[in-house]
Amino acid sequence: MSEEKDFLLYIEGLGVSFDGFKAVDGFNFYMDRNQVHVIIGPNGAGKTTVLDLICGKTKATSGSIKFKNKEMRGLKEHEIVRAGVGRKFQNPSIYENLTVFENLEISHPRGRGVWGCLVFQRTEDVSLKIRSVAADIGLLDRLETEAGVLSHGQKQWLEIGMLLMQEPELLMLDEPVAGMSVREREATAQLIRKISAQRSVIVIEHDMEFVKEIADRVTVMHLGKILAEGSMEHVQHDPAVIEVYIGH
Amino acid sequence: MTYKNLFKSKAETWSAAALALLVLVVLPLLLPIFRLNLFGKYLTFGFVGVGLVLLWGRCGILSLGQGVFFGLGGYCMAMFLKLEASDPISTKIQSTPGIPDFMDWNQLTSLPWFWVPFKSLPFTMIAVLTIPALVAFIIGWAMFRRRVGGVYFAIITQAIALIISLGIDGNQGLTGGRNGITDLRTLLGWDIRSTSAQYVLYYVSALLLFACILFGRYVVNTRMGRVLMAIRDREDRVRFSGYDVALYRSFIFALAALFAGLGGAMFVLQVGFMSPSLIGIVPSIEMVIFAAVGGRLSVIGAVYGTLIVNLGKTTFSEAFPEMWLFLMGGTFIAVVMFFPNGLAGLTEPGGFLSRQWQRWAPKSLLSVFRSEVEPPSEAASEESLLKGATEGVK
Amino acid sequence: MNIQELWSIFIMQGFAGISLFSVLLLMGLGLALIFGQMGVINMAHGEFMALGAYTTYLCSSLVQDHAPALLPVYFPIAIVLAFILSALLGALVEWGMIRHLYKRPLDTLLATWGLSLILQQTYRSIFGAREVTPTLPEWLMGSFKPTDSIDIPINGVFVLLLAGAVTAGLMVFMFKTAFGLRLRATVQNRLMSGAVGINTKMVDRMAFSIGCGIAGIAGAAFTTIGSTGPDSGSRYIVDAFLVVVFGGAANLLGSLASAFGIAQAQSILEFFLEGTKGKVATLLFIVVVLMFRPQGLFPSKVRS
Repeated sequence: MSEEKDFLLYIEGLGVSFDGFKAVDGFNFYMDRNQVHVIIGPNGAGKTTVLDLICGKTKATSGSIKFKNKEMRGLKEHEIVRAGVGRKFQNPSIYENLTVFENLEISHPRGRGVWGCLVFQRTEDVSLKIRSVAADIGLLDRLETEAGVLSHGQKQWLEIGMLLMQEPELLMLDEPVAGMSVREREATAQLIRKISAQRSVIVIEHDMEFVKEIADRVTVMHLGKILAEGSMEHVQHDPAVIEVYIGH
Repeated sequence: MTYKNLFKSKAETWSAAALALLVLVVLPLLLPIFRLNLFGKYLTFGFVGVGLVLLWGRCGILSLGQGVFFGLGGYCMAMFLKLEASDPISTKIQSTPGIPDFMDWNQLTSLPWFWVPFKSLPFTMIAVLTIPALVAFIIGWAMFRRRVGGVYFAIITQAIALIISLGIDGNQGLTGGRNGITDLRTLLGWDIRSTSAQYVLYYVSALLLFACILFGRYVVNTRMGRVLMAIRDREDRVRFSGYDVALYRSFIFALAALFAGLGGAMFVLQVGFMSPSLIGIVPSIEMVIFAAVGGRLSVIGAVYGTLIVNLGKTTFSEAFPEMWLFLMGGTFIAVVMFFPNGLAGLTEPGGFLSRQWQRWAPKSLLSVFRSEVEPPSEAASEESLLKGATEGVK
Repeated sequence: MNIQELWSIFIMQGFAGISLFSVLLLMGLGLALIFGQMGVINMAHGEFMALGAYTTYLCSSLVQDHAPALLPVYFPIAIVLAFILSALLGALVEWGMIRHLYKRPLDTLLATWGLSLILQQTYRSIFGAREVTPTLPEWLMGSFKPTDSIDIPINGVFVLLLAGAVTAGLMVFMFKTAFGLRLRATVQNRLMSGAVGINTKMVDRMAFSIGCGIAGIAGAAFTTIGSTGPDSGSRYIVDAFLVVVFGGAANLLGSLASAFGIAQAQSILEFFLEGTKGKVATLLFIVVVLMFRPQGLFPSKVRS
């Protein structure tokens, strides 16, 4: 592909090795704006590692990650977040002791610096923003609830909501529907479709029905490498993919 | 800064008011100046306690080196006072008049370069406020940026306390050595040992301490307080919400050091000396127990804890010196094992006293109290254990 | 001072350092087990060392008063007793205190500090504040004189051999026995180990008490190079923790290397710098290195 096109995320030759073990190797990935791109693959394929590399949690040993044509490799985690990349973890990672409102408030981008944090005021626009995000994630009536007592599914949504507060242009969700009921899955699928109207979303998921429902594009990973890429229809009929999923 | 940002609950307001009444009115009226001066000394340790609540209770960083910052502030002040006390006339019997006596004993013939600026009071005051904070920020930044925390940070800060106290101890000519800097008499000609001066200095300490308490309350109750607790319980999430965790930790470490340094300077003014015995491992860890007894989450509780432990220390070590270490050790163990939130935890909603209260008091009275203190997240640590287990299964 | 003399100083200070190295190594091995493997900060570790030293002193006084004939042989028995008593106290402490605090490492630190205050006062009440020295057997006294200017004390050699034997024993114990395997499994994954039938509580208690027992041996060794006071242990605690952290917490060989480096640096610098400056310089160097390399010299390789 040519570099002329204005990709949102442009990854080439990305690799990382742990003590000689190549968890991700020669990974190329190109992403447009307002897309939902799902990464699938068997356990140990390196999916979560790819997200770790993009968001700076793990340092890459080779390759390049360009977000809005700016190199992300070598930046610190918070700098990557501030550039517009949000990351949801596999296990819901929220502040159990704070209320839903406070969880969302703490994710508001204003007052991230030490000084800004000290003089931060809960102004009208902050409250409005929190209420609108809470409405999106279906927690508007739980704003004063302590986050620790939410159900598993609600915690997952709350974490997505916290990312939405950051107004990211790229959202990365690691197994957002794991452990959810069928109805919760449907709601989550709708939520992802809705939020992808204004931003791009990378999703790691195992649930093929769910993937079919949300994916614009699918990448299949196996042993740290890309096995196939394209529409869901396309990868489902790829002989290499079938071999990996059924051959074992 | 609004009222709401300072005190969230009525219990909190009452305990602050009671402390103010005790420190500013009751003690000065009741105690002879000798005892009041002793309380003034305890108050200077309270500065360290307030800093430790922010650092340890709220942000989860245990520093075993707070004595270093107390000492840095104290030495800055002591150096100024010592130079004033060593004017050429009062030191004319020395072979080199005009330098501190211990330098003369150690055959120094001129003032070392780092002593020279401490001839100026404005410089000294700025140094008291900036040097401890700056040193803490540099140490903190070096370590927090490399994700050093928890027990490692505690061990390294303890080692720093040992190094600094040994270093001062071993360089008598430059620092006064083991005896420290003694024989401090006047501040710009004002005799700090006179009764009137001791009253004034007591009140200055108390008011500065209240300023630190108020600022501490402000920090705890703003967004900063929530971010600190979030860092304590869910470091990664905070990082991925776009916060620079290392910067926050360094900032709060520097703030705690600033408080401690201020306390050290007021200690010197009231007690009249500074020595490495206030810096090393033992005093540094004692300062942690002051905060632990009072309640590691409550800035006011830490001051109560400081006063109570020190009062106990003075009383017991006068009456039964043998018992004191047993009592102190037992207190350490009991507080940590059974009352991790200290005295404040006992009186807070959900604490021991409030459970007894709820059991016996009429229901209508209960609505007066509201929750304020959030204990550290048990859920967080359990979850990380579970996570370890699931990863193992994979 | 010519080259020859300088060389002799190095050798003799080196051997003085060997005694310190042996004590630091024994302290460090115990801590490496307790802190490195279990993640527990035992601030009372120095007091377990003092217990070993006092045990040796008690043995020597008893033998001297009641059976002077046994003087030449009591020392090895005292070492074993020091191990047993310290290990028993360790097991008691684990049961009464540590096991309730595994999830709160910083609180363990404070609670064990409280314990160390209590133990120190106990020693002071029983043995007095004055430092005591056991009567050492004849064969431990004296020194080799390989050349005119070199003088190597025998007790230093003995302590070195003791430390070497304990290190080897611990290595065998950790890597060749079934218990060692269980311990390493528990450290790596507590829940899984419990699930496959390892009694992790028992493993914790054993590990803690063995660590304390080794500190007791360190105490017995310590009596050959210095006299014992109530706070003798606490004087070594920071050094011992730095040995473990500097060596890379979970790595026994790392502790060995760092104990050697720290002891030799201190001992040789002490000759050239007066007073405590050698110790200050050594500790300062280690702390600065740890600031830039917090994982220590020999970190264990774990994919994070």
